[in-house]
Amino acid sequence: MNTIQQLENTVQQVRRDILRMVHKVNSGHPGGSLGCAEFFVVLFKEIMNYKTDFEMDGVGEDLFFLSNGHISPVYYSVLARSGFFPVKELQTFRLLDSRLQGHPTTHEKLPGVRIASGSLGQGMSVALGAAAAKKLNQDNSLIYSLHGDGELQEGQNWEAILYAGSKGVENLIATIDVNGKQIDGSTDDVLYMGDLQEKFQAFGWKVITIKNGNDISSIIDGLNQAKKETNNGKPICVLLHTEMGNGVDFMMHTHAWHGKAPNDEQLSTALTQNPETLGDY
Amino acid sequence: MKTYTFTEKIDTRSGFGDGLTELGQSNENVVALCADLTGSLKMNAFQNNHPERFFQIGIAEANMMGIAAGLTIGGKIPFTGTFANFSTGRVYDQIRQSIAYSHKNVKICASHAGVTLGEDGATHQILEDIGLMKMLPGMTVINTCDYNQTKAATIAIADYNGPVYLRFGRPKVPNFTDENQSFNVGEGLVLSPGKDVSIIATGHLVWEALEAAKALHDQGISAEIIDIHTIKPLDEKLVIESAKKTGAVVSCEEHNFLGGLGESISRTLAMHHPTPQEFVATKDTFGESGTPAQLMDKYGLNASSIVSAANRVLVRKK
Repeated sequence: MNTIQQLENTVQQVRRDILRMVHKVNSGHPGGSLGCAEFFVVLFKEIMNYKTDFEMDGVGEDLFFLSNGHISPVYYSVLARSGFFPVKELQTFRLLDSRLQGHPTTHEKLPGVRIASGSLGQGMSVALGAAAAKKLNQDNSLIYSLHGDGELQEGQNWEAILYAGSKGVENLIATIDVNGKQIDGSTDDVLYMGDLQEKFQAFGWKVITIKNGNDISSIIDGLNQAKKETNNGKPICVLLHTEMGNGVDFMMHTHAWHGKAPNDEQLSTALTQNPETLGDY
Repeated sequence: MKTYTFTEKIDTRSGFGDGLTELGQSNENVVALCADLTGSLKMNAFQNNHPERFFQIGIAEANMMGIAAGLTIGGKIPFTGTFANFSTGRVYDQIRQSIAYSHKNVKICASHAGVTLGEDGATHQILEDIGLMKMLPGMTVINTCDYNQTKAATIAIADYNGPVYLRFGRPKVPNFTDENQSFNVGEGLVLSPGKDVSIIATGHLVWEALEAAKALHDQGISAEIIDIHTIKPLDEKLVIESAKKTGAVVSCEEHNFLGGLGESISRTLAMHHPTPQEFVATKDTFGESGTPAQLMDKYGLNASSIVSAANRVLVRKK
């Protein structure tokens, strides 16, 4: 168990990692990564049971699938700071011959990653397959997945959401990062999706809402509640309301930093707002 | 010339179904997924024998491919079943990212390939699937020629690590290969040796090639008949050796001449032993409704078309 302060410190270091990674290669997706930093830290430090001695099949371990692969910076940072690979490898993000590709992949055999993602909308189906394998193997550990809210505009999600509810997939906790923003603007403006809670419930899911998805205690409570609801005949959806760009004042309350890296001056400002805690890579 | 006989015509999809049934008994890690075409794919026996290992996905092929990819994480060997069109073109990006790029051990089993699907018409008759699949890095592409070979291939690919596209069809066709054959992925088979022209065929066209060899023999032409069940990785050594021996090639496939077996042979020979080649294949066109025999005739996918192609290439042979 970590204290809330320890988790906050880790989140702050993860923010620094994200900012420095995307700044170095002048590309990548800081906005969604920052918005999900607290979620990733809680998931990997407090919620999931796993081995860092990575095995693809993950028998007896909780597994995580990132469907919105563009927020790879936060994923890589938290994997590294959870012991899957050396923290200094974060400096290779998006460079030639790196295991830290722009979007996550198994191709370069980066420990912690079990499926490629980037082309949106595919991760929930993969998570359902992994959940089915757990059941066949009589493995009681759980499957976690993360999806963007804008990503739900991809139709394959709704095939998967229908399947999960219809078949009563009960060992899956799928979290939706509800930040209300996508590349072209707000999700409401681009393609209004209505009430997500009602939609998931209509498809037979149990829905848990975390109103402040950037508050560590709220995330811990919400995910622990989600765990309690598993193996109860229904898939679990966590609607995680986050702020894109959280922790860097000028990146918040806008969709502008979805896929844009800060320049030198902006990086300096952002890092000043997030002092080093665990040591930079 | 070696000749082949058969006692009955059986559909290749039944070879898949019976192979899958055997796998169900012999390999507990084999699981099967179907998108509302269980009967068409002959997967009923597996479903009945192993309901816990059978996944009825509904009409949602994209989801099926993703679930299959996920099932491999935990050591399962998923066999997906639907028509070739819905196994490839409809779900190309899902296969590309979640299966091929992620190198998942999924067996994509595709029935009703090509024009011999028949009366349903072009919406269901994919003639581009071999090309789509062979272009994916790491994807193995197999197109079997009869019931026995399809059954053997189905069983063999369970022990072959990596993504596989297994293509077969709907119509009843001569079952002429050995019932007890061993199926080796990537191995081309010389069905009948010859010296004047190499006829290299895959799928339903293999039997037509054997029929063509008889007609060519009557014309005094010695044709070497090669069955290429594995289009990728191609048995390049066998193709090159045969082309060196005969100096003329006819490729035969129930597929577009763009992107199919013929182009794989052309590329191989262009690099190693440039050889005149004729293509028995569809010529950048969609199919249409009709009986399988009518369509094979109209689109030039039968023994007489192979004989004509052999005569054309022999004129070009120096």
